[in-house]
Amino acid sequence: MGSLGEELRLDDKGTVVRLLPEHRVIMDLIADGARVMDLGCGEGDLLLALQVKKNVRAEGIELSEDCIQACVAKGLFNVHHGDLDEGLADYPDKSIDDVILTNTIQVLHRPLLLIKEMARVGKRCIVSFPNFAHWPVRWQLFRHGRMPKTGKLPHEWYETLNIHLTTIFDFREFCRKAGLHVLQEIPLRASGPGQRSEVRFFPNLRADSAIFVLEGGAKEGSRS
Amino acid sequence: MDDTTSVGIVKTQYLTFAEPPNEMLFECGRRFGPITLAYETYGELSPAKDNAILILHALSGDAHAAGFNHPHERQPGWWDIMIGPGKAFDTRKYFVICSNIIGGCKGSTGPISINPQTGRPYALDFPMVTVQDMVNAQRVLIDHLGIDQLLCAVGGSMGGMQVLQWVVSYPERVRLAIPIATTSRLSAQGIAFNEVGRQAILSDPHWKEGDYYGKPVPRRGLAIARMVGHITYLSEKSMHLKFGRKLQDKAEYGYNFRADFQVESYLRYKGDHFVDRFDANSYLYISKAMDYFDLAQPYGSLERAFANVQAKFLVISFSSDWLFPSYQSKEIVSACRRVGAAAIYTEIQTDYGHDAFLLESEQLTRLITNFLAHGMSEAPRNGAVAAGK
Repeated sequence: MGSLGEELRLDDKGTVVRLLPEHRVIMDLIADGARVMDLGCGEGDLLLALQVKKNVRAEGIELSEDCIQACVAKGLFNVHHGDLDEGLADYPDKSIDDVILTNTIQVLHRPLLLIKEMARVGKRCIVSFPNFAHWPVRWQLFRHGRMPKTGKLPHEWYETLNIHLTTIFDFREFCRKAGLHVLQEIPLRASGPGQRSEVRFFPNLRADSAIFVLEGGAKEGSRS
Repeated sequence: MDDTTSVGIVKTQYLTFAEPPNEMLFECGRRFGPITLAYETYGELSPAKDNAILILHALSGDAHAAGFNHPHERQPGWWDIMIGPGKAFDTRKYFVICSNIIGGCKGSTGPISINPQTGRPYALDFPMVTVQDMVNAQRVLIDHLGIDQLLCAVGGSMGGMQVLQWVVSYPERVRLAIPIATTSRLSAQGIAFNEVGRQAILSDPHWKEGDYYGKPVPRRGLAIARMVGHITYLSEKSMHLKFGRKLQDKAEYGYNFRADFQVESYLRYKGDHFVDRFDANSYLYISKAMDYFDLAQPYGSLERAFANVQAKFLVISFSSDWLFPSYQSKEIVSACRRVGAAAIYTEIQTDYGHDAFLLESEQLTRLITNFLAHGMSEAPRNGAVAAGK
């Protein structure tokens, strides 16, 4: 995942990162000084922003060697090359305050494994994903009978890395199945260039993506 | 020297210590001295003495890591590609040190050195050496240079083993650690290859229980050991790309046991060439030290070994390195994670095999340049171990 989004100046020394609007929403959720892990941390923009603005202890896991180079160039000291589909075996239970997974769950081979691992390792999990039940997606499939392509889902069906797309409704059930309790749901939609606003009514229809704040502990399969 | 990226002409220096009765205690239980270490330095030590980088060399390396010892030297030091003005270990900013390990044959005390008591080389009277012993001796050198804390300890292969030993044995003395293509303990396969190399030397009729100085040296044995070693440093793919099944200077098979294939010629050349610059007894001692190295063993686990580690790590492995495979680097990173030590880990995609640590300079340079720059600008911790489990 390359660097997209808007530039944010972090300090007077000229440190600049590129953040998507959803990253800014996530930053507001993180407490000062928290121990944070970003799974699929890309070039480290979110981690560095959190480190500078919120004084977090930042760690990242990333598959791409080029991205790790970029993280090292930013001065991040806790990034390692790893495959999220293998889980988080090295991390003790509840050793991280916030485990973050942005826009990545849909490319994993084993999302259930990872979400359970995240709940084991993290006191809180913050997951963002594109909502496949967003109305333009439904409309394209209904009106044209074609695989939908939107701003959030721009790739051809045969080239996309998205192999496990989901909807907000499906994700709620997925969390129940995985034994996670939903602390907060933040459905989002575009509301201007580079802007995102929260959707309050009919989110599964009107939000193009969502951020879920989760914690482990609910009994697997139970209704919360 | 017109090359502005070269450190130019460098003089090898020598430090002698552990003169009797203050001999150094080796891990095998013997006290031994005097000890001389050959070393070279590049760049200037800062007034605050906070820019020193110690380069640890691998089995067949030496103190001459960069530049030229004299104007007619054909090849520069073994890591010249990484050490110099504007290179990964930028000698305009950092003070770079490299010393020949004890047990070596390139100026430091080893089996080839003259025993002052007998006037003859030590040969197999030289004590068995471990990586811990090598590091203990280097620590004396660092003390002598007046350096309280190294900015960085870095090395590949057996050099990486020394890096790990440094951060475990002297945690407050290393700020940044860069272990490359290495392991916390050699695998059975690695030991097996070292053993084949040793057997080749031991079965050479000229070896004479190590007492061959001044007589014909065990050339064949050492050459074969080097041939075996050389295969382990390459990857199957890189050998295929380099040689394939191409014949050496001929169009047809010769139907004899002379070298038909280019790869045979190449290995014979590498083996013979090695004999001219390395001592067979040193090869025995140093390969054995690699076999003995097991960082976790005195502590019970690697996590416990790392309990007091203070350095920040940059751990690097290579995808086609089958001698020191990536899973061994991941074990090191895993232990760092468990004790809360900051660690960056990356696996560089390469066809070069284990030798990539000498060849993949572009990737390594980017990583190391950034790691050192950020590491140096961070305020040093004062003895406090990273918290947080």
